[in-house]
Amino acid sequence: MNTSEKHGNPEIRPFWPPLAAGIALGLVLLLTFVLSAHGLGASGAATDTVAGVGLKLAPEATRANGYLGPMVADGSPIGSWMTWEILGVAIGALVAAFTAGRFRVQLDGARSVGTPRRLINTLVGGFLAGFGARIAGGCTSGLGLSGAAALGISAFVFLALFFATGMLVSRLVKGV
Amino acid sequence: MFPLNDNGMLSGLLCGILFGYVLENAGFGSPVKLSAQFKLTDWAVFKVMFTAIVVAAVGLWLLRLVGLLRPDSIAVPQAALMAAAVGGALVGAGFAVGGYCPGTSVAGLFSGRLDALVFIVGVLLGTTGFAVFYGATLKSLKAAWLIADGDTFTDVYAVPEPAVLAMLGVALIAVFYFGSWFERRGSGTVTAQQAVEGAR
Repeated sequence: MNTSEKHGNPEIRPFWPPLAAGIALGLVLLLTFVLSAHGLGASGAATDTVAGVGLKLAPEATRANGYLGPMVADGSPIGSWMTWEILGVAIGALVAAFTAGRFRVQLDGARSVGTPRRLINTLVGGFLAGFGARIAGGCTSGLGLSGAAALGISAFVFLALFFATGMLVSRLVKGV
Repeated sequence: MFPLNDNGMLSGLLCGILFGYVLENAGFGSPVKLSAQFKLTDWAVFKVMFTAIVVAAVGLWLLRLVGLLRPDSIAVPQAALMAAAVGGALVGAGFAVGGYCPGTSVAGLFSGRLDALVFIVGVLLGTTGFAVFYGATLKSLKAAWLIADGDTFTDVYAVPEPAVLAMLGVALIAVFYFGSWFERRGSGTVTAQQAVEGAR
């Protein structure tokens, strides 16, 4: 335990050690495979949301779209496994943060890079990640984590480029 | 016999709640903690991910070995290597700039971080942008360097699965060994206290 935790707010409980968190995450992922036959994901819920909202707001354009069209052929994908799962992620994270005294409303990064810059960084970062996840067919959790556990070759290619580019870009841009 | 192929609401909610609970407890709601991986000062992201990969992969192998899991019943991502490389680079760049990835941004928002909400808006816009620009170029990108023989090292290169798992085990030990070495050299890992206080 380091100094800041010794003398810091005792209400804030420390994070789990990486090994314990990793074993827990591995068991959750294994359970997910056993239940659903596929792994965990996140960006897929964004795709289902975009397709579902698109079907409501611009049904013609969404049905005609080469990427979203096939997804809405049988109706709105909101209510898919992936959208329920991401709602669960929200609930689970909220419970964890609250019970450990780690819930705090803030604009993280506003102090380090300034509010306008932080807003631009997150918007641009989110855009790149969202666009990239659609190219790869998954994000860090869907392809990197779940795909690697299923021993998919593309998952390891994804992780290698994810790490290399992330390291490079974090040296050029102060994100947070 | 597994898998149950249960893709209903309760299955999704259960897996998601556990996933979110672990993500936040690992510290992955904090962009400071997450970004520290790329600065090599806190290796929690790779330690947790590699441990989880090995635990789940060995678990799947054992379940198949004892006959509880049907062979070839689990989703494996298609070996579209160009798409994985370009997409991985973009998600890595987005992670470095924004401080989150799509899943961790949900953990960030629900531990109170409003910047994570902006990241989520960005993800939705990026997804929309992809759909708008989906045409010949993006299709050929997704189809480039596609391995037709299969999707795993076992299928394509005939590496026995236990050998793949053993290599992953070695990689896991290396991540912990070198990661901890970098952590000792640097300014220390990001504690919960520091994460809650926010980036400074």
